[in-house]
Amino acid sequence: MAESPKSLPVEEQPALRVQGPPAELERIPLVSNTRSLGWISDRIAGVIEGKTPAWWKICFGISFTMMTVCFAMILYLMSTGVGVWGLNHPVMWGWAIVNFVWWIGIGHAGTLISAILFLLRQRWRTSINRAAEAMTIFAVMCAGIFPLIHIGRIWYGWWLFPVPNSDGIWPQFRSPLMWDVFAVSTYFTVSVLFWYMGLIPDLAVMRDRAKTKIRKFGYGLFSLGWTGSNRHWSNYEKAYLILAGLSTPLVLSVHSIVSLDFSVSQLPGWHTTIFPPYFVAGAVYSGFGMVLTLLVPLRRLLKLEDIITVRHVELMCKVTLATGSIVGYAYAMEFFIAWYSGNPYERFLFFHNRAADPFIFGPLMHTAPAPYWWAFWTMVTCNVIVPQFFWFKKIRTSMLIVFALSILVNIGMWFERFVIVVSSLQREFLPSNWSYYSPSWVDILQYLGTFGLFFTFFLLFLRYVPLIAIAEVKGVTPQADPHHPLGGAKPGGKH
Amino acid sequence: MPANTYAIMAEFETPAATLHAAQKVHDAGYHNWDVFTPFPVHGMDRAMGISNSKVGWFSFIGGCTGYLTGMLMIWFMNALDYRIDIGGKPMFSPFSAFPPSYELTILFGSFGALLGMLFLNRLPRLHHPLLKNPRFALATHDRFFVVIETSDAKFSNEETRRLLESLGSRHIELVEE
Repeated sequence: MAESPKSLPVEEQPALRVQGPPAELERIPLVSNTRSLGWISDRIAGVIEGKTPAWWKICFGISFTMMTVCFAMILYLMSTGVGVWGLNHPVMWGWAIVNFVWWIGIGHAGTLISAILFLLRQRWRTSINRAAEAMTIFAVMCAGIFPLIHIGRIWYGWWLFPVPNSDGIWPQFRSPLMWDVFAVSTYFTVSVLFWYMGLIPDLAVMRDRAKTKIRKFGYGLFSLGWTGSNRHWSNYEKAYLILAGLSTPLVLSVHSIVSLDFSVSQLPGWHTTIFPPYFVAGAVYSGFGMVLTLLVPLRRLLKLEDIITVRHVELMCKVTLATGSIVGYAYAMEFFIAWYSGNPYERFLFFHNRAADPFIFGPLMHTAPAPYWWAFWTMVTCNVIVPQFFWFKKIRTSMLIVFALSILVNIGMWFERFVIVVSSLQREFLPSNWSYYSPSWVDILQYLGTFGLFFTFFLLFLRYVPLIAIAEVKGVTPQADPHHPLGGAKPGGKH
Repeated sequence: MPANTYAIMAEFETPAATLHAAQKVHDAGYHNWDVFTPFPVHGMDRAMGISNSKVGWFSFIGGCTGYLTGMLMIWFMNALDYRIDIGGKPMFSPFSAFPPSYELTILFGSFGALLGMLFLNRLPRLHHPLLKNPRFALATHDRFFVVIETSDAKFSNEETRRLLESLGSRHIELVEE
């Protein structure tokens, strides 16, 4: 047997030259202009430490006013009754449920970015995950308001939770509405835990930079005495991985369970098995729309273009395109099944009560236009056609167009919920019960008010909490890699 | 060396130098020592000889507790304590009880992960000798510190300092208790 060749001692081995990819395939760095580690801290913490910008004060004033409108409408509803809304037979689920599902969906992008992209090792997520998670938390807060106030007698809201009441009655767990209570409250709690855990090292950054006593105390308290010890990082990273692993099935289950509120019923338009995946895809689609709506202007206003680069925006556009296409496929499949099932009620609902417009399809089918044809076609335009523009690099890299399209995405997804809720209820089995649903002014102000709530919290978040995960962004720079020359490595990647 | 010295602290400027230093300090046989970095440095656990974190167990036990809590709670409420017949459905079915139990699994598992992490790290701990040191504030900015405690059996003021100097640290100081 031949003697196996002895390998040279490590020091004498010729350094391996790694052939880089051709220039056009080279990845654009995640932080532009090779910014130093200290620069990253200074830039992100500078958003909090600098003077309050004028635009912040104006936006905060508007948002705060709108938030008071939100609470005023709740008070009016509580003192008068649900009759102040536009609900009437047969549409007993109106804007409240539309808004609930829409806001919850918005939140899903935050968890997708923080958990699923983390598990998939998408390192670009670090620049946007903090703000997206904050968006999730505030969106779920806005969402949570609606199921609570739509129950009519709000002071009995606690009956939803398994708390013993004086009649000794427990919640009824065979209803998906009860599952929803657990899904949404777990979603909120776990999102807050995940967000807070990610914040601990960054609050320590803020504590160590603080100049005033109040800041030192506040950031010091909430950073829990974090020192950056590697023994701590070791447990921390494991806990972060586990939370990402737990949040992934959680986020997929939340909108699935929300969709079961509809699909467990026997109503045409609701009773379909495609709902859970279709709702989750739609949720991620609308959530990315909202992330783009928030971050595209913010990166400019807060001068964060080196951290949230054009590449980040492009990648988000691509996720929007992917999920938007899934949504488009789901719409097509719903129509196919409605036709293929041969169920006359399903066919009537999809073809005559949704798609029949007064110009093309209605006349083609020899049918009167559907009462909500305009809502249906707004939905199709915004959710099926709009995302297809993201195929083009020119559009993905033009911030103004991305911003405009992201708003259309949000509008489209709101209309999707509206079409599902209202058009399925409004022409029910007995034609003498048919009627037209329109919201009251209270409905409209209540919805606008939740925007006030959302933006008030989001603006406060921008001013008091690092809006980008400082430690995580540092970790994805080449300077942080002990095997990279910029991280101090010797030739050959040795440290 | 003053009597109230807590540790000796050596500052490094790059993750590569810190990783190298950590390996050498580990090889020298110290036990009560640590590395402080602004972000988790890849490969540092191995260089320091840290074994796999035990956070997973806390999360696992939390998750199991959550699932059992959900199932038992629903069975007790709907099948034992207050029975309501809903369209002839069974009083308890693992299928309809699954979604809330699933959510509780995740809820308790997440609390297990976070609280387990805090417990293993002995946090919150708002007073720490290092946090009083003004230079140490750079540990969350862009510097890397190797800290060897005086309580270590192998600690000697001169020898430990010499070791840290030989590893290329430009700034070494004693940290008081």
